[in-house]
Amino acid sequence: MSGLSRLLIVVGCILAAAPLVLHLMSSVKSTSELNLSPPTLFPHEVTLSNYQALFTKRPFLRYCINSLTVSTLSSLICVAVASLAAYRLARGRGRWRSAIRLSLLVVAFFPPIVYVFPDYEIIQALGLVNHLWGLILPYSALNIPFAIWLLTGSFQQIPLDLEEAAEIDGLTRFQMFRMIVLPLVTPALITAGILVFIFAWNEFMFALTFITIESQKTVTQGVATLSGAFAEEIPYGLIAAGVIASAVPLIIVVIVFQRWIIAGLTAGAVKQ
Amino acid sequence: MKTHRLEAGSFLWFLPAALLLSGIVFYPILRTILLSFAHRSLATGFRTEFAGIDNFARIVTDSRFHASLWTTLVFTIVSVLAEFVIGLALAISVTSIRGGRNAVRAILLVPWTLPTAVTAVLWAWVLNDQYGALNAFLLHSGVTQTPIGWLATPASAMIAIIATDVWKTAPFVFVILLAGLQNIPRDLYDAIEIDGGGAWAKFRYVTWPHLMPFSFVALMFRAVQAFAIFDLVWVMTGGGPGGATETVSIYTYRTYMRYLDFGYGAALAVTTVAILSAAAGGLYTALVSKYERTF
Repeated sequence: MSGLSRLLIVVGCILAAAPLVLHLMSSVKSTSELNLSPPTLFPHEVTLSNYQALFTKRPFLRYCINSLTVSTLSSLICVAVASLAAYRLARGRGRWRSAIRLSLLVVAFFPPIVYVFPDYEIIQALGLVNHLWGLILPYSALNIPFAIWLLTGSFQQIPLDLEEAAEIDGLTRFQMFRMIVLPLVTPALITAGILVFIFAWNEFMFALTFITIESQKTVTQGVATLSGAFAEEIPYGLIAAGVIASAVPLIIVVIVFQRWIIAGLTAGAVKQ
Repeated sequence: MKTHRLEAGSFLWFLPAALLLSGIVFYPILRTILLSFAHRSLATGFRTEFAGIDNFARIVTDSRFHASLWTTLVFTIVSVLAEFVIGLALAISVTSIRGGRNAVRAILLVPWTLPTAVTAVLWAWVLNDQYGALNAFLLHSGVTQTPIGWLATPASAMIAIIATDVWKTAPFVFVILLAGLQNIPRDLYDAIEIDGGGAWAKFRYVTWPHLMPFSFVALMFRAVQAFAIFDLVWVMTGGGPGGATETVSIYTYRTYMRYLDFGYGAALAVTTVAILSAAAGGLYTALVSKYERTF
């Protein structure tokens, strides 16, 4: 049993890592080596020319800055806005509260295709097409239901006595929220923030639709269109370098924040 | 316990969320429902004209929509089942070994964290007929004599997008189920052992019932996401070859953005949500009733 388990785990890990390792090796091969058929496994000589091309012939650094800006702001706005509403939901009562929670759950499950066109109309009306705020607004809003759902549970676990004591000390409701309640739910805020960041970083359909100029593109869109710009030959080295360069920040995020990511993903199941 | 009451004006706590949600989520839902009963396209000069149920009548006879719905269903059912079986097998395996759990979990989480569009680029290249690693391996090991055009035939393109989705999201199922397994008290297994039960009895009477809520969340999340699949298909096959991998999201997107038929696009979106809700409701009822029967 234990032998079979080990075998499964090893095979699973190899399958998970192999495509990335293959791309890592391809990304440091020369163009002439990449054009060999059948392809070589290990590079004959290591070159960084593909990465150089990625950052000089294509505005890859710009894509990264755009993605970083969009994801950071979306994550901050979403968590800030959601924490206010989640706190109110956690402390309120009555029938409307479950109605709000249910409707948030329902819209969270709607496929994004439902929103893309009417949101495009709104973003266009606001003059935000080809503007990073045209992505930040929808990303913040679309992740609010998830963030509220995650945070409400954490707020409910804070004992009320604490807030009653603070009230006696003469703090206003908002001061109490900011100075006493929020610090207590920091882990949940970090979890929600990281997951919204990853969701925003990975989003493709809205980016594809709302951004059409190179200088405003995000990483996902940039990598997906790397092959399009060179009609005469498919730039495999460039694509491999793009895949690796866009994967590295996320791999770091996974390694550093693994505990928080797991906590967020499993929150719904554990609470049932 | 006394419930803390909020002072008057407490709706202000909801105001920022309500503003963002009404602009980006609730108004668009309303707008889509209204548009689905209208003609608004290139043909009407982008004027909105009342259409009654024209758009929905068209959906009933639209064979391209039926094909895309079938493709979406096959994709959803096959990939979610495969993800569940693989995720469960890995979660049970990782629980049964000592040590290295965090390292394994970190490696397996990487595919899930990558953007789907990047995953699609990555796999399209692994599956490339001339330069791809898979064909190189198959040719070298003598499994095939001629390179296989994985994304060139309808059946193999479908297998390719399903395999890519499984690669990316089996880790998600794994993480959820692993959390579930770690929640099970060890002494329950000891009790089965004392009663003389084997591995199957442990799985059937302890593991499986405890995993039910976790399985439910994993399956529900995955099924809804798989049904909405867009980026993976868009980047890998564009819905081809010959529309063989066109999902409802891809078809709806094309109707909106390429054919500029906004009324019909809205009707497709409404129909998709209706079918998804019915399916999710059915799945919920089936799983919850099964869950309750277990006890």
